[in-house]
Amino acid sequence: MTHAAAAHSAHDDTHGHPPTSTGLDNKKLAIWAFIGSECMLFASLISTYLIYKGRSVVGPYPHEACLPPACSTPLKAILNIPVTSASTFVLLMSSLAMVLALAAVENKDQPKTTLGEKILGSSKLWLWMTALLGTTFLGFQAFEFTSFVHEGLTIRTNLFGSSFFTLTGFHGAHVTAGVLWLLTLLAIDYRRGLGPTDAINVDLAALYWHFVDVVWIAIFTLVYLIK
Amino acid sequence: MATIAAAPAYPSTDSYVGESGLWSWLTTVDHKRIGTLYLFSSLFFFLVGGVEAAFIRWQLALPNQHVLSAEAYNQMFTMHGTTMIFLAIMPLSAAFFNYLIPLQIGARDVAFPRLNAFSYWVFLFGGLFMNASWFFGAAPNGGWFGYAPLTTMQFSPGLNIDFWVISLQILGVSSLAAAFNFITTIINMRAPGMNLMRMGMFTWNAFVVQFLLILAFPVITIALVFLQFDRFFGTNFYTTAAGADPLLWQHLFWIFGHPEVYILILPAFGLVSEIIPTFSSKPIFGYPVMAYATMLIAFLGFGVWAHHMFAVGMGPIADTVFGVTTMLIAIPTGVKIFNWIFTMWGGSLRFTTAMKFAIALVALFTIGGISGVMHASPPADLQQTDTYFIVAHFHYVLFGGSMMGIFGGIYYYYPKMTGRLMSEKLGNWHFWLMFIGMNLTFFPMHFSGLYGMPRRIYTYDAGQGWEGFNLTSSIGTIFLIVGMLIFVYNFFFAGRRGPIAGNDPWGGSTLEWSIPSPPPEYNFARIPHVTSRNPLWDIKAPAQQAADAGMHIEHATGKSAKELGIPMPNRTIKPLFCALGLTIMFSGLLFIHKDKLPLALAVIFGGALLMVFSLYAWVLTPLEDAH
Repeated sequence: MTHAAAAHSAHDDTHGHPPTSTGLDNKKLAIWAFIGSECMLFASLISTYLIYKGRSVVGPYPHEACLPPACSTPLKAILNIPVTSASTFVLLMSSLAMVLALAAVENKDQPKTTLGEKILGSSKLWLWMTALLGTTFLGFQAFEFTSFVHEGLTIRTNLFGSSFFTLTGFHGAHVTAGVLWLLTLLAIDYRRGLGPTDAINVDLAALYWHFVDVVWIAIFTLVYLIK
Repeated sequence: MATIAAAPAYPSTDSYVGESGLWSWLTTVDHKRIGTLYLFSSLFFFLVGGVEAAFIRWQLALPNQHVLSAEAYNQMFTMHGTTMIFLAIMPLSAAFFNYLIPLQIGARDVAFPRLNAFSYWVFLFGGLFMNASWFFGAAPNGGWFGYAPLTTMQFSPGLNIDFWVISLQILGVSSLAAAFNFITTIINMRAPGMNLMRMGMFTWNAFVVQFLLILAFPVITIALVFLQFDRFFGTNFYTTAAGADPLLWQHLFWIFGHPEVYILILPAFGLVSEIIPTFSSKPIFGYPVMAYATMLIAFLGFGVWAHHMFAVGMGPIADTVFGVTTMLIAIPTGVKIFNWIFTMWGGSLRFTTAMKFAIALVALFTIGGISGVMHASPPADLQQTDTYFIVAHFHYVLFGGSMMGIFGGIYYYYPKMTGRLMSEKLGNWHFWLMFIGMNLTFFPMHFSGLYGMPRRIYTYDAGQGWEGFNLTSSIGTIFLIVGMLIFVYNFFFAGRRGPIAGNDPWGGSTLEWSIPSPPPEYNFARIPHVTSRNPLWDIKAPAQQAADAGMHIEHATGKSAKELGIPMPNRTIKPLFCALGLTIMFSGLLFIHKDKLPLALAVIFGGALLMVFSLYAWVLTPLEDAH
């Protein structure tokens, strides 16, 4: 507020845009509103998963084996926690890369002399790194989905299958959208170079990326870790 | 401050409102034009919904009538409810959000003008898509609440529910995009000095509604996604045979559905909070309490959803909790009612058409509110649920509340939008026909409901004591039809020849009345500096007329933004194409139902491609020319 008021005191508001009321960029406020809305979206998906937990009338089940007579053929517990822990680690690391990408864009104009500064200052490197780690996470998810289908769990099999694939599928779709966003930023970076004036746009992608990451932490805890 | 004299006369207006022609409307990003488009489209859908209501009343006028078959009747009441809620009252409110929020906070446009255009086109295409179902003989028939499992493929195998699910998804995108836009606009685009506690009361109500929208719509989005997946991909979310909870839909729907009720009424509350102070020549009574009451209503609105579900047997504890939270909402709502009454108390009242509609809202909404408190009590609700008593209740709050407020808003703001006044004489006829017709139609439903007449029955036998009430209701509908015809004539014809309005025909207190009518494309040639809640009344008071008041009356110059050197966003067709792509993408789902998978995939990917391509073209083009 004080910033906006100070900027206004020398006002000539016939020309140009007046400063924003909060001094924040409009896009930044909008993405926070969007993230607030997305919280309700994932809250609905996660609650449904939890409500339906343990209510499937046929297997496979997430955490416990299904033996005859409940299942005609024995089915083992389907969630693979070690593999998913690895993919979770990959996604968390992508958030670190995202932070470094934003910092690199913000500090584009500062002189870089040492090799370390040059590496840390390369926005292309860290945007690529984020996108690649995101894609690796998606690869893990594709592997997980295929192996589940081979083990007899599809989106139609039971309540667990419906709610699990829909929840994690929605999350995967969000990661995919995030990767496309990062690739778009990379394309701009190659065409004309991203500089400090673009930092706000990279910041938006970063906020979205971290949000999607945080949602995965909730999903990993509630779906995979808690039996 | 103080009271103000009769409206001052201004010279005839000559505002530069920009180019005309069809292309200028298809490519517009001006919030005033988008507001106008919203107003026209939603009035059209309101008339469509009204015709559907007329069919319903025709059918029920006498016992054992067969104007409509049972199946056609189901489609009629479903489309009536869905149309009135999603295609009439919500977008009518959106029309006022668009037109008024930037004017009331002293901005030149919304935060994201192209996103705003996108929201409108998505709404229009979604509404048209929903109504296209009539031409396939498959209009939605599961009620506006679409209870699953009834709406799953097993029990509703036709295309009817597909049209409903898909259009609601499309409309949800529109509401969400608009809400992000308005939240940002109100937080960030206020003129210097316009702090939150100086905003017009309409803007306050609109602000709160946007938060309801962004928090409630994702929940129905997910409920609809589950239903779509069940219908198109064979998932089990609502399949009770697979162990699904038959109440899952009801919970998710009403977690959205009850906040939706406040999404429908708060904008009308906002309009009335503008109209009553102006025509009482007094500032609104208890401004901060009005703002807090709005927030409290919205907050409590998320904790009452299960009062729609008392009859499903949730048990005494859940029933008690939801009954009590529901009764609590009567407190902030009652505060608003009393504040409007105290605003009028001791004021010098002017009974214009707008004022009459506003007072009608206060009276009729109170009746609907009180019957609402009646069925907040679970034992009473068990007698009333699914009877015409409920129909009476929600028409008192939606028609008597929302629509009366919106009509008041139209009479009040028409001169701002067009530069001319609507006929007060015809307005008076319109008002009394609506007021009498509304009560004649809906008051008897309290009694037919208490006599046990269930909702949604397509006809009934004589001898149950319902005939007189139903006939009275149907006669009331004739009053409403005549009233609406007068309104349409007044709106489209008489209003065009009405007297020139000038900046401020009513003697308003807020910023929108300081600029010419219709406002020029840039709204404010100079952004005002706001020092109080009623800036316009302040500068009319002799003591405050010094130049340092920061406010000024702007006279029409006939100059364009370019001539004045004001940067304006460029027009663009891309949001329209993006909305079109989105609609095509969603419509592809219909072909999955018809087992034409390749065609479905082609339509879905074609639509998605158009959407993504338009989106990139839009985002990568700067909003305005470099200057």
